[in-house]
Amino acid sequence: MKYTYYPGCSVTATANLYQESIDTVAPSLGIELEELDDWNCCGATAYMSVRELMSFAISARNLAMAEKFHRDLVTPCSACYLVLNKTNHYFNDYPDMRSKIGKALEAGGLSYSGNVRVRHILDVIVNDVDMEKISSQVTRDLKELRVAPYYGCQIVRPEMGFDDPDEPESMDRLIETLGAETVDYSMKTKCCGASLMGTEEKMALALCRDLLMDAQKKGAHCIVTLCPLCQMNLDIYQPKVNSLFKTDFKIPVIYITQLIGIALGASPAELGMKRLGVKVSGEMKRIIEGA
Amino acid sequence: MLENEVCYEATLDHDFLDEIYSLPGGEEIKRCIQCGSCSGSCPQACQMDHAPRKIFSLIRAGFRDEVLESNTIWLCSSCYTCAVRCPKEIKITDVMYALKRLAIKEGKARKGRKAAVLSKNFVKMVNKYGRNHETELMTRYILEAELFNALHFVPQGMRLMMNGRLPVMPHKIKNLDQLRKIINKVEELGEI
Repeated sequence: MKYTYYPGCSVTATANLYQESIDTVAPSLGIELEELDDWNCCGATAYMSVRELMSFAISARNLAMAEKFHRDLVTPCSACYLVLNKTNHYFNDYPDMRSKIGKALEAGGLSYSGNVRVRHILDVIVNDVDMEKISSQVTRDLKELRVAPYYGCQIVRPEMGFDDPDEPESMDRLIETLGAETVDYSMKTKCCGASLMGTEEKMALALCRDLLMDAQKKGAHCIVTLCPLCQMNLDIYQPKVNSLFKTDFKIPVIYITQLIGIALGASPAELGMKRLGVKVSGEMKRIIEGA
Repeated sequence: MLENEVCYEATLDHDFLDEIYSLPGGEEIKRCIQCGSCSGSCPQACQMDHAPRKIFSLIRAGFRDEVLESNTIWLCSSCYTCAVRCPKEIKITDVMYALKRLAIKEGKARKGRKAAVLSKNFVKMVNKYGRNHETELMTRYILEAELFNALHFVPQGMRLMMNGRLPVMPHKIKNLDQLRKIINKVEELGEI
């Protein structure tokens, strides 16, 4: 299946390990991603805090450029997923907004009719790929691996249809298809603090502490996520959580596509595993390597 | 806490509500029944000057400065939990964005100074390159908002750099000219 691909800024930088694992596993899943040429930043949450119409207009440039391919636009980033969908929503449901965004695009020689479906890569993997196709390719035995499935916020909220905003389970199913065990992770849709980590660090660290604590309490070997900002906050800031709250977390926080790659037998290097702040060690390492 | 214990009708800002109504989806706040689902859902409510339910009450009563100067709007991390739980389907997160923009525009973002600096520099990055450049964004942010606290950011920066996750050079889009034409047109249309 062929899709137009919108990587988003993060996977070209702090989340490059996500992109590396996507590049590695997509062909095995039969997912063909053709990158949208010359895409620009969606605006994320920050742009919208300063300028509203402008943020929708720059975001719509991507939608306008993607429309001619008549394919779904797929992104791995939860924030891009939300913003591009939100742009579609305001464009399609608010006539005044539509006409202004339209005028702005016209100034750039573009036009948009509101018909690009924006999807998260998790949605594509769980709904477009045959689960049997995945399970038949599993070469590593992960049945001892206990995983905390962490969805975060912006993939399930506001309601965009493919999973429940409070109790999502699509990634749980995928993890089980890969042969690993999911723990009952109560914090699966709680906020990691997102960009508050830059501006209100202690508050965000407290939110991350709760997420890590629940994963540890439930006996998870790792947390699996699908959002670049969630991964960075929980992974890169984990030592800071430990020093502030006198905890001793050493929980690897990996991307779902990395876990797929592990199950399918890809090497750690192909999956960007060496880029993790908290490295895979101890029992998880034994499970992954011993299998 | 509200600054004055007694407020007089004359000091309240009745235009404030109209301003909020004029936003896309803003009229929805008329429907608020003060049930408190938003405050109960908010992961940051315990840190806020006024939890979200009270913000809506204050907006409707015309407490302009209390709302715009509160830390509440800056602690919203856009998790959208309140928005999906609101029984009246008010786009609470989007109202918070509108309040952020108003506070910045009117110079009332004192308690959100750092978040405002981060957001404004984010806009600069996107307008300059067409994409965000996280390394430059954080450098600009630290210089402008956290200069005396700069060392505090070093460990995370180092950890990203040592794992090859902090690119030095920005990615620039090819057709920046087109993006700028779109941006300039929005300026012309006169949106905040």
